[in-house]
Amino acid sequence: MNKSIDKYVVSVKDLTKKFGSFTAVDKISFDVSKGEIFGFLGANGAGKTTAIKMLIGLSKPTSGKARVAGYDVIKNPEKVKYRIGYMSQKFSLYDDLKVFENIRLYAGIYGVSKKEIKNKTDVLIKDLGMVDMKKKLVRDLPLGWKQKLAFAVSMVHNPSVVFLDEPTSGVDPITRRQFWEMIYKASEKGTTIFITTHYLDEAEYCTRASIMVDGEIKALDTPMELKNKLNVKSMQEVFVKLARG
Amino acid sequence: MSSDFLNINNISKSFGSVEALKEITFSVEKGELFGLIGPDGSGKTTLIRILITMLFPSTGNAQINGLDIVKDFKKLRNLIGYMPGKFSLYEDLTVEENLKFFATIFNTKIKDNYYLIKDIYQQIEPFRNRKAGNLSGGMKQKLALSCALIHKPDILFLDEPTTGIDAVSRVELWEMLKRLKQQNLTIVVSTPYMDEAQLCDKVAFMQKGEVLEINTPQRIVEDFDLPIYSVSGKDYYKLLLALRKMDITNTAFPFGESIHLTIKEEMNPEDLNGKIRKFTDQNTVTKRIKANIEDCFMAKMLKKDE
Amino acid sequence: MKAFWAFVKKEYYHIIRDPKSLLILIGMPIAQIILFGFAITNEIVDAKISIVDNSKDKITQKISNKILSTKYFLLSEYLQDSKQIEGSFRKGKIKLALIFEQDFAKKLRNKENPSIQIISDATDPNTAATLTNYISKILIDYQNEIQLTTKTSKGIEIISRMEYNPQLKGVYLFVPGTIVIILMLISAMMTSISIAREKEKGNMEVLLVSPLKPYMIIVGKVIPYIFLSLVNALSILILGVFVFDLPIRGDYFLLLFEITLFIVTSLSLGIFISTKVKSQQEALLISLMGLMLPTIILSGFVFPLESMPKILQYISHIIPAKWFLIIIRDIMIKGVDITYILNETLILIGMMIALMVLSIKNFKIRLE
Repeated sequence: MNKSIDKYVVSVKDLTKKFGSFTAVDKISFDVSKGEIFGFLGANGAGKTTAIKMLIGLSKPTSGKARVAGYDVIKNPEKVKYRIGYMSQKFSLYDDLKVFENIRLYAGIYGVSKKEIKNKTDVLIKDLGMVDMKKKLVRDLPLGWKQKLAFAVSMVHNPSVVFLDEPTSGVDPITRRQFWEMIYKASEKGTTIFITTHYLDEAEYCTRASIMVDGEIKALDTPMELKNKLNVKSMQEVFVKLARG
Repeated sequence: MSSDFLNINNISKSFGSVEALKEITFSVEKGELFGLIGPDGSGKTTLIRILITMLFPSTGNAQINGLDIVKDFKKLRNLIGYMPGKFSLYEDLTVEENLKFFATIFNTKIKDNYYLIKDIYQQIEPFRNRKAGNLSGGMKQKLALSCALIHKPDILFLDEPTTGIDAVSRVELWEMLKRLKQQNLTIVVSTPYMDEAQLCDKVAFMQKGEVLEINTPQRIVEDFDLPIYSVSGKDYYKLLLALRKMDITNTAFPFGESIHLTIKEEMNPEDLNGKIRKFTDQNTVTKRIKANIEDCFMAKMLKKDE
Repeated sequence: MKAFWAFVKKEYYHIIRDPKSLLILIGMPIAQIILFGFAITNEIVDAKISIVDNSKDKITQKISNKILSTKYFLLSEYLQDSKQIEGSFRKGKIKLALIFEQDFAKKLRNKENPSIQIISDATDPNTAATLTNYISKILIDYQNEIQLTTKTSKGIEIISRMEYNPQLKGVYLFVPGTIVIILMLISAMMTSISIAREKEKGNMEVLLVSPLKPYMIIVGKVIPYIFLSLVNALSILILGVFVFDLPIRGDYFLLLFEITLFIVTSLSLGIFISTKVKSQQEALLISLMGLMLPTIILSGFVFPLESMPKILQYISHIIPAKWFLIIIRDIMIKGVDITYILNETLILIGMMIALMVLSIKNFKIRLE
């Protein structure tokens, strides 16, 4: 085993997924370092979701290799699951459970010890500024709060990398920015962030961004470099230029 | 008032104890591309559903082309084209069957109004025997738009047509809407994407069931009355936190690769930059900029919350 | 009108393009009828019995032989003492035991009415009752026989016939019952789900905004299912007639008319449900729990209504399936004409009209 490979939190080599004759993900390769905010962009149907599913151990690659959080996703998908967090656009919170019950539930699922759960729940609720809302049902929370809570919950077990799938869909611009500040904070503490978004201004907040087109990664660099290379002013233009082909 | 095609007077709507809309009043001219801009839960969908006669307003009234949305709803339903957020295509019907179905239930034929949808439909016509469920998001959107247009409505309502759609398809949709406008079609479109406001003739900012502002995007941007600067530096997050702590700071928000900073009183950018460098200990670049739509929206939101 | 047919065509596509559901819809009735007909039959063959013959004369021999020569019974053993019966029951060796009293033939000659004791294992009451019935019937036959041949005085003449279904065949019960269940299921459940689907997916908004009239949407939804339900009803009937020798003694057109009436009633019920629910899941749950169970339990299909508490009997009056089951059994098996089932038919028509009016009133032309 090559030791150097684990200097990256996510390390992908020639990862491929075929459905019958259709190649959804075509030999993608990239590495993500600790604490990086990695933007994973692409058009609808470009293969982003399939790629993420392979990285979080929900889908078996057809060929290629991927190591996430120190484990091989093909050989040890169960171990990978303990070391990662995941938040989808649908939030994965239980609407009919209270705020603190949701936190306890997920902490329990991820094997946080009983003593710690209580402590963690209190800290988390305090950090989020949700002390007043602790006993509210999640369905009664405004969208923005739900989202922040979902993000916090996805990190309740201190994962080394969090996968965020369009976490900011439909929220107001201020809440969206508050959300990004949570992301920054997490990244500063060393958590790697792997994020997809349709808001391309958000791509500018990423340390590096990749753009997927038809199952392949067409470009991967810092937002600044991407813009310079294509000689355009915004990531929006970068995206449209690359995705339109 | 006579040039107004759509008139909304003081419309409120409550669902039980929840006030979804609070005293909405505005008007849209014939042939205008009007944007309802706001996040989820701001009341955009409720307002559109009232206008397409699907919901009763709790109070207030509205007219489309002089026809009342409550009393004359039967006549109105022939004039309205509507594309809901979920696209409402039949996934087990083919592209062509969907279009044909919607044409027929509106008592028309595809070929009668083909000229209207030609631009859009041509792009998906090669797939006309494919089931709608097997189309990509962008193609679904084109088909749904074709279906909403096939009966040649006078006014078209689009509820979040770009949500969950990638940037390329979004650009394409707005190009299509621009072309439709040239046919003198009045279009009301809702979106949570602030940047799309610039593509409308006129927009209403919506937040928590209220209209924060109605104007042309140009005027909205021009009316922004705070001195605003873009600040960039190496350590983005530290810079952001530091900027917030400065006493002259009004707001500091991340904006792409730079931070948009509003301060209480106008300052020379160089002086400001010097001050920032001293305060943050970073090698920053500061420029005076024009506010964009999103800056304006956030400013209105904060003002409302005060 | 063109718009209406376009709508019907669309519904047709929905049904045709979902081969899995279609297979279930067409295949389920057939599977069910075959299951009921063969597996869950009421007819019991080769039941083991013991005989305690305390008389051992010609007559008891003859009766025993007669019973054992039918396909229903097999001899387990002759027991010497009635005390042994208990043990045989416990071991599960026999389902039924017969005890002939002493001097059977002699008593018969002396017109003293000798007795035969029939003891059955009533842990399964249905089987016990059926077997006892079989035996009684054989005994009565025999009694008639000897009265004719010996011309001795009549004594007590017992004439008991199982009217219309002399062999007590299960299919007579299950074919009409299955038709009722299947029609209820397809008509009510499928329409309520299919309308709920339009709501759930947001299509209903667009349909309502269109000039399509609400009644067109309702009727358009219903037509393909009327057709599908009729196909099902006919396939069950054909199966019943050709595979299980079920008679259809009444008028075919009357039967078809009543079936259509019940289908439309069930469809109206389905539409009514759909006006009250928001999602397919809700529609499924309500039609399953709210319709299927009462239909099975309170229609008289599985459990005889007469033996139920009064309160349940009253409740059963509002179950359309109850009335239809009476109608269909009467037509098929008794062969009655419309005059005999007029009341039931009128009740169904009344229910249908009430449900239709309720559904159309409740069908919202708006979203609230």
